[in-house]
Amino acid sequence: MAGSHHISRREFITLTTAAVGTVIGAVVGLPAIAYLIAPALKASTTDAWIPLGKLAAYELGKPTLVTFTRSKINGWEKTVNSYGVFVVRKSDTDAVVFSNKCTHLGCHVNWNPDKQEYICPCHDAQFGIDGNVLGGPPPRPLDRYSGDKVEIKDGTVLIHFLEG
Amino acid sequence: MIMWKKIYTWLDERLGLNELYKATLDRPEPKGNWWNTLGSASLFLFLLQGATGIFLSVYYTPSPDHAYDSIQYIMNDVAFGWLIRGIHHWGATLMVLVVFIHMIRVFVTASYKYPRELTWLIGVGLLLCTLGMGFTGYLLPWDQKAYWATTVATSIAGSVPWVGPFILKVLRGGTDLSALTLSRFFAAHIWMLPAALAGLIGVHLYLIIRHGESAFPGKDD
Repeated sequence: MAGSHHISRREFITLTTAAVGTVIGAVVGLPAIAYLIAPALKASTTDAWIPLGKLAAYELGKPTLVTFTRSKINGWEKTVNSYGVFVVRKSDTDAVVFSNKCTHLGCHVNWNPDKQEYICPCHDAQFGIDGNVLGGPPPRPLDRYSGDKVEIKDGTVLIHFLEG
Repeated sequence: MIMWKKIYTWLDERLGLNELYKATLDRPEPKGNWWNTLGSASLFLFLLQGATGIFLSVYYTPSPDHAYDSIQYIMNDVAFGWLIRGIHHWGATLMVLVVFIHMIRVFVTASYKYPRELTWLIGVGLLLCTLGMGFTGYLLPWDQKAYWATTVATSIAGSVPWVGPFILKVLRGGTDLSALTLSRFFAAHIWMLPAALAGLIGVHLYLIIRHGESAFPGKDD
């Protein structure tokens, strides 16, 4: 039967089994892959504008600590982290906000009004009111929110916060 | 095509694939009968339950704090999670059903007689393991139905004279249904019972290959 279109019963069974098997394999296999990589495909939006209260309530030129919490959901687990920032009112329409996280090892710095410095309790790092390093081990100034990362809207201070 | 043939020949020379195929799949079969396929169907369902179960364990957490939430996550947030869990859920019910009908078929056609008594006995073990899988798996969703079903079932086991309270404590991992119950049911469900099932299935299959399939009894039998 060489050259003819005739196929034997055995060949037909082999071919259809292979074809149906491939289709079933794809129908089962592709969802299985999607199932495994699902968490990696989720868009993770972690940035948000955080309101820090009315600008008028802050004393001019005096760093004031504001704390807030952000919650993060991973699968079925929710974690709540708290963050602190120092708000420094510059004028009636402007403010600078600094993270209270020391740039050395991440301890929380405190504002010392007598010395007019931020002082880190861990390794005695000192930062000026503008966030610059005055002494100690920190490699860079305090993280600051200024320019397009801070906004005064209807008298309320908002910062563009990128972490969870 | 020629390359595949070469690879196959290379493997066959070393693994003896042809002989393996002849011994396991190319066996003579008494007159074809659909009732004779129920054992293969049970095996397929076991493998299906194994595969979907492995996938579920990627997200499922066997702790009272997270068991329910992790299943909600599988159902609502994981791509095709509903499908994997649905197959595992319905496959479990179907497996108990198919195993049971398989047993009835073997009984009705008297296939358990010499020389296949051992195949039957191992089959009984397989049935008990399958029911054990259903029993332990039922608790894992950790919802009201699971909690109270297991409370009742373990209480029944606890009603055995003399040793009942001891059996109940062994099953629950203490006097109460607790985190210990959930974790030991989980261990039984994904490690102990599947291992027992796999071992027994191996012997069961070996015996079927060794003795061949029994012919259906005729009018004279």
